[in-house]
Amino acid sequence: MDRKKLTQFHVELSLQPTLSSTVFSSLLAIILAFACGGVIFLFYHISPGVGYQTFFRGSLGSWYAFSETLKRTIPLLLVGEGLSLAFRAQVLNIGAEGQILLGAVAATWVALFSGLPSFLLLPAMFILGFLAGAGWALIPAIFKTRFAVNEVLSTLMLNYVAFNLVLYLIAGPWKGKGVRGFTYTDTFPEAAWLKTMGITRVPYFTLLVGIALAIGGYFFLKKSALGFELRIVGSSPETARFLGINEEKIILFTMFLSGGLSGFAGVGEVAGIHHLLRHPDHISLGYGYTAIIVAWLARANPLAVILTSFLFGALLSGGDALRVSLGIPFQVVSVFNGLILFFLISTEHLSRYRIIWRDKKEVEKNGS
Amino acid sequence: MLDAENSWEQKPVEVAFRSITKRFPPDILANDRVSFEVKKGTVHALLGENGAGKTTLMNIFYGLFSPDGGEIIIQGKPVKISSPREAINLGIGMVHQHFKLIPTHTVAENIILGLMSTSFFFPAEKSEAEIRALSEKYGLKVDPRARVWQLSAGEKQKVEILKALYRKASILILDEPTSVLTPQEAEELFATLRAMKEEGKTCIFITHKLNEVKEIADAVTVMRKGRVVSTILPSQVSLEELARMTVGKEVVSVVPRKTLSNRIVLQLQDVSAMGDRDFPALLNLSLSVREGEIVGVAGIAGNGQKELAEVIVGLREVTGGRIFLEDKEITNLLPRDIASLGVAYIPEERNLGLVGEMSVAENLLLRGYYQPPFSQGFWVDWEKAEAYSEKLISHYQINPPLSDIPVRLLSGGNRQRVIIARELEQKPKLVVASNPTAGLDVSGVEAIHKLLIQAQEKGAGILLISGDLDELLKLSNRIVIMFKGEIVGEKEKEHWTEEDRREIGLGMGGVKG
Repeated sequence: MDRKKLTQFHVELSLQPTLSSTVFSSLLAIILAFACGGVIFLFYHISPGVGYQTFFRGSLGSWYAFSETLKRTIPLLLVGEGLSLAFRAQVLNIGAEGQILLGAVAATWVALFSGLPSFLLLPAMFILGFLAGAGWALIPAIFKTRFAVNEVLSTLMLNYVAFNLVLYLIAGPWKGKGVRGFTYTDTFPEAAWLKTMGITRVPYFTLLVGIALAIGGYFFLKKSALGFELRIVGSSPETARFLGINEEKIILFTMFLSGGLSGFAGVGEVAGIHHLLRHPDHISLGYGYTAIIVAWLARANPLAVILTSFLFGALLSGGDALRVSLGIPFQVVSVFNGLILFFLISTEHLSRYRIIWRDKKEVEKNGS
Repeated sequence: MLDAENSWEQKPVEVAFRSITKRFPPDILANDRVSFEVKKGTVHALLGENGAGKTTLMNIFYGLFSPDGGEIIIQGKPVKISSPREAINLGIGMVHQHFKLIPTHTVAENIILGLMSTSFFFPAEKSEAEIRALSEKYGLKVDPRARVWQLSAGEKQKVEILKALYRKASILILDEPTSVLTPQEAEELFATLRAMKEEGKTCIFITHKLNEVKEIADAVTVMRKGRVVSTILPSQVSLEELARMTVGKEVVSVVPRKTLSNRIVLQLQDVSAMGDRDFPALLNLSLSVREGEIVGVAGIAGNGQKELAEVIVGLREVTGGRIFLEDKEITNLLPRDIASLGVAYIPEERNLGLVGEMSVAENLLLRGYYQPPFSQGFWVDWEKAEAYSEKLISHYQINPPLSDIPVRLLSGGNRQRVIIARELEQKPKLVVASNPTAGLDVSGVEAIHKLLIQAQEKGAGILLISGDLDELLKLSNRIVIMFKGEIVGEKEKEHWTEEDRREIGLGMGGVKG
């Protein structure tokens, strides 16, 4: 047993990470990230105290701030949900960003060009948006199952394709008739707008779906036969082969689901918030990438994604407040994201140790 | 004959092992007071079955393990070797069974890797001349600029030997070097070893092939179950005697056996298959197992036993021939379909049969989770699964008796019980067991044997593949001998005698009885 003896407590390699050690190392990572992030404020000649105060006021300080956080939580929740399932099966879908955009594109087509009766608009947008995201994710999935192409690279590359597809559409064929020099589409008809909670900009449909899916996803993984297979493939592919589990089916399924949920989130963004298709950076704010950290921090546990997506929602709205009140670029949020992921990976190891405290008398009694 | 003995006797001692002892927890005695001497300028074979302790001893010599007792003396001086670097400095080189090369680097780069004395810029190019000279001298033809991934197994081995020679090794350890070689490559290797002998270098040659000992070794130390049986000159013993020393002569315990029925459970007809290295591993092999019969497959590891098990359970493609389970053809069916027809599989690598991170209960359900009574389709009834696993844990005496701890925390013997419990609970018609007791302690071995006999008494046919001849003699109604992908011998007996053991031992070494 690895044992490093210190004066009053000793650290021991524990046989498995416990819930408390996981929570502890996750919190430690977040705290360390914020501590390092404080240096950024100094570059702008702002004291970190003021910076963080603004940050927290902007994310959680008022009902308005809270609703802004919630608004950003929704896409992270939906996407993080799908990614959790994929990561559990060791399918590394890095392409959620592109899958979100494809969902948004499909929804825009339905809203502006399909000519469907208005009561069918929203259902059609969500169904087609889901399928568009899922279909986009199936491309790398098929390449992986057929030709063993690494999905990390192929999903990532497809993000750029999706990004430029949106740029092409809003500047070309789908450019709005009444928008003059701007590059975005016409506004959707109101029947294609999602209802929001009260005066806020929080669409409750997607929020409820997100929470329901988190609970459903948790039970799916824990209790269903397919979820069990998915976990077997993820933790020991050799054993899965030995048992005759169809690995291809699992890869296609998780890619389809995670891509579909990303597409669904993309529909929620255009139907709930923007009401038109615009520059990809504005539609997504990097949700597809942030959701990777969301799922990771949640240790790919769908229930924990509720918590972590809210945390990153707060980070995004806090970053917005920094930009508005202190004139710090919004990109600072990306720095925080990066720092959190960095410290998460570095503290991962810690969760396998446990600290055993002993009181002083005992130490003295034992000599040493 | 006397000349050979005299010339060997008169050579100076290069290495002496004195009472080397090594234990592995919980209570495996890998080396038990091992003592023998290796003379300078000789090829010294270390002969024994799998698990006899040969590799452990050499890993101690190479500084990979530290011994619990005893000492090593090189040229009269006691040495303490605590790392491979120290071993290299003492002039010891080792060619492992699995090569330790970096595939994307060139031959020259691999050879000089980790050396301090090379130049800072273009070290590989500057060492090329010396590498070429060495390969010329010892007949190790390989291009220093070739990338290692492009090389055949035989060429990789040459690189490993060159690596040792480049480091000025005077004692070279080769761990089962011919197991990856074609017969021609083996001949080349022997020529190299003879050239090294001429130079006064010493080779320790780990093997379990009797013919090789006769062909290349000046002296041989036979090990069995961690102990040295004898150190002798190969010219003074017959192959039969060597075989007997290798496999031992404990009294074979007799197991009460059920009268055989003649109903055939498993039949292989002229089955061929490729190995992992795209090398034919099974050649037109025919075999049958009857109801309630234990058929032992004897042979040295790497002669196609692993592939034999895999083609039966559907994990490896059959390229020729047919396989039947009772009357139904199962050739190249999906693994899951074969399992559900009543074939249980206890794989050689325990990790394959288990998911380490998952709980004991989940691992016990790996076969049954998708079918009644545990699942009617989508959901799994985990409460039922829990009760089921409690029942299995107590019936198969899995220890600790907890169903919710990750299975990787269990000891090897208990992990094996989890696999066997799960597989036998499927009420199999056929059990394919591959080295089911490898690495287990005595009580673990006994428990697994009892479970296999229970399955046999219930009428299952059992194909028992094992590198341990004692195990086969203890359990089998019939023993077949595998060598190079073929069955080279077959015996059926009520009681196995010393004579049988000798013959089977010879057959395993490739000598036709």
